[in-house]
Amino acid sequence: MTLKEVRDILDAEVYVGHDQLDKEVKTAFGADLMSDVLAFAKPGSLLLTGLTNPQVVRTSDILDIAAIIIVRGKQPLPETIILAEELKIPILGTKYILFETAGRLYSHGIVGCIERVSEKRDLS
Amino acid sequence: MTFHSDSVYKKSFHIEGKTFQNAGYVSKEVKTLLQNMKLPQDIVRRAAIITYEAEINICSYAIRGDITIEISHKEIIIESIDEGQGIDNIELAMREGYSTADEEIIRMGFGAGMGLSNLKHFSDSFYITSQAGKGTYIKMVIKIKNTD
Repeated sequence: MTLKEVRDILDAEVYVGHDQLDKEVKTAFGADLMSDVLAFAKPGSLLLTGLTNPQVVRTSDILDIAAIIIVRGKQPLPETIILAEELKIPILGTKYILFETAGRLYSHGIVGCIERVSEKRDLS
Repeated sequence: MTFHSDSVYKKSFHIEGKTFQNAGYVSKEVKTLLQNMKLPQDIVRRAAIITYEAEINICSYAIRGDITIEISHKEIIIESIDEGQGIDNIELAMREGYSTADEEIIRMGFGAGMGLSNLKHFSDSFYITSQAGKGTYIKMVIKIKNTD
């Protein structure tokens, strides 16, 4: 699925990355805790989160996250937008809550970047 | 950039503590450096995550700190040394979910009690020592598998 389709499914506003809407995504991870994102998110995934500060962008950059989807109608802080533009990480915002956002994407074929945690985490 | 079998690249970065103003700058620099060295993607990723978590730890808890990265053909050594409150009980601090984070740290999306366990998880060897009221030293090694 392209980011353009993600935008349409979520009736989302594109804050950063108008020029990257053709980017393909297949998987997603959702959390408000960045350390959990660092522990479990995989490269090329969407990150669904309610956090709006620049650390979301820093974390996404470290992990090669494809795009950030800010849920619950929250707006990214100005410094978050500036950093995302600099690092070329798309940010979309949707009024849907995290549960609805995930459900709508899942029903259109996006799956979790991992299905469940295993006792021994893998290193990929 | 390629390595001769005996060459080592070493660089230190200073990090201000108790502020998130520049949190992530050093790990970004380290990630770019490793990418430019054409190291395997998964190695770059693990080193970047480790450096980032170590940097966030200093930004969260220490007064100041330094992260040193040492790269040879067989491994990456990442050392974090800081001055600050230190850790009272390392065993407890290593436990997933245990945290002493304040509101500001949590507002930034951290302090979930995953930092130290992430550091251990993403490294091949992990050593930590700390003195309460003084500071913390962490050494992590990532082995680079020889592909030739």
